[in-house]
Amino acid sequence: MLELKNISVRLDSFVLEGVNLELGKNDYLALLGVSGAGKTVLLEVLAGLLKPAGGEILLNGENITSRKIQHRRIGLVYQDLSLFPHLKVAANIAYPLRNKKYTKQELQEKVRQLARETGVEHLLDRYPGTLSGGEGQRVALARTLASDPDVLLLDEPLANLDVKLKTGLRALLRRIHEQGKMVIHVTHDYMEAATLANKVAVIEKGRLVQFGTPDQVFRHPKTEFVARFSGIKNLFRCRVEQSKEQNGMHHAIVGSELSIGFLSDNGKNVGYVMIPQEDIIISESPLETSAVNSYRGLIREVYLSGAGMEVVVEAGAEFVVSVSRQSVEKMGLRPGKSIWITFKASAVRFIA
Amino acid sequence: MLKNWKTGLVFLFLSGFILLFIVAPLAGMFLQTSGSQYLETLADSQVRESIRLTLLASLAGVMIFGIAAIPLAYVLARKSFPGKGFVNGLIDLPVVIPHSAAGIAILGIVSRGTLVGQAGEAVGIQFVGGVAGIIVAMAFVSIPFLINAARDGFEAVPEKLEKAALNLGASPWRVFFTISLPLARRQVLTGLTMMWARGLSEFGAVVIIAYHPMVTPVLIWERFASFGLAYARPVAAVFVVVCLIIFTGMRLLAGASSKGMKQR
Repeated sequence: MLELKNISVRLDSFVLEGVNLELGKNDYLALLGVSGAGKTVLLEVLAGLLKPAGGEILLNGENITSRKIQHRRIGLVYQDLSLFPHLKVAANIAYPLRNKKYTKQELQEKVRQLARETGVEHLLDRYPGTLSGGEGQRVALARTLASDPDVLLLDEPLANLDVKLKTGLRALLRRIHEQGKMVIHVTHDYMEAATLANKVAVIEKGRLVQFGTPDQVFRHPKTEFVARFSGIKNLFRCRVEQSKEQNGMHHAIVGSELSIGFLSDNGKNVGYVMIPQEDIIISESPLETSAVNSYRGLIREVYLSGAGMEVVVEAGAEFVVSVSRQSVEKMGLRPGKSIWITFKASAVRFIA
Repeated sequence: MLKNWKTGLVFLFLSGFILLFIVAPLAGMFLQTSGSQYLETLADSQVRESIRLTLLASLAGVMIFGIAAIPLAYVLARKSFPGKGFVNGLIDLPVVIPHSAAGIAILGIVSRGTLVGQAGEAVGIQFVGGVAGIIVAMAFVSIPFLINAARDGFEAVPEKLEKAALNLGASPWRVFFTISLPLARRQVLTGLTMMWARGLSEFGAVVIIAYHPMVTPVLIWERFASFGLAYARPVAAVFVVVCLIIFTGMRLLAGASSKGMKQR
């Protein structure tokens, strides 16, 4: 179990403040944030490369805040990998093993086993300078795993890799995690976080702004930053007209005239409304449903997105709607076509 | 810029002039020494003994003082502390002061009446007029070459690699010997070679500490002062040839080693 209690760091032009986290042995945490948000700083604090100005780090109940780097049992794979250029891959992987009392044969067997697990057995005689990005990443992983850390810290492990390599490495990371390693994975890609992690923490300007499961963070973002960062597209700044009715229904006024009905017990007058794009229905005529939000709009764009398609509709604000390819063909959705969009008040999330 | 023929011509002329300035006196010295003079000089046991002493004394200085100088270079490359600029300036001091003055300064530390001199005598080491004094004098004037080169070498080693090694559970000692030193080895070796070379050529400081046993630069001066240029020149020529053979060989070895590194 890893606990961060009120960790703060002060560097020349950067401050990380009040970071509190609690992770279990089997957790895979994705630490999300834009470049310069403080993700790597937090990793370096955990690894002991940076000394926090305040707070405590507890690993399995022991306070390791001031423990030396080499005694922390927290392994870090740097974004630039930091493989030792003068040592062959085998020697790089063996480096942490030489701290332990293995015989030469045991050591070689251990290196082979780690290399096999990470898929770099054929690279053992190569120097790091001759490896591709994906190969280097696997070697760096093997080397860190050789130190048998309690916590594995990964700094942007999938950055700069092509799609095929990413898929392979993602599977490897999942396997490592399944073997019972706690992983903290820094990334700025929310999709990466959603596909690997069971916990997500979002850092913004040196502050941890949200922590929870991917579903909690991505479906219920607490701030505009988290929402935008999560790739949510239908996020509109609004002022709120409090309803006189007692059913909790309010109206968000977006721009000058668009009124979106939503349910909230929040008393704030301004904020953002967010409508998940998969909760919006497109139809050629108004739908007879209980949904309170129904608008006539004009299709601006239709484009491919992953397995499906996205349709951009101008209806007082620009809505992005996810639809299947079949629907696009069947309904003849194309730019310039007039359609209706409908969504329920309960699908709308208000962020103060 | 050098594609302009006038500029190219000026640069070519100036470059040629400087190369001639370096080569001409040495070439003159070799050409004015006959083959028989070379053979006679090589057969001269005093010359052979002085060359042997010079090479070994300088090498001993490198080995004894280099052991401490390399950690100092590492500290200067990695640590920030008050007065670091002053310490860096101090290190260059032996290079910028007149070497006879350096000899006088060393004499003040190692002469018989001093603590170091007495301690040396107690264990049978004689500095003044002894090999130990020659070693100290040679090391004193040449150690800045090692420290500066090694410091540049350590500065070029990414600190991240050292931290990565610590993170993998290695002790600071192990990190130094398996990461920092091997990665800075080229500059450290260059520094060691430069220190040795500079030690070999030292005259001013050595002659004040120990006229005897005679190192080759002192022997050359002695032959020149007592017998004239014709007697000093063959010794100088032979000594220069010995030094050239050694350092060209070392440079070739270092070149082969760095080529190997690049191919990795």
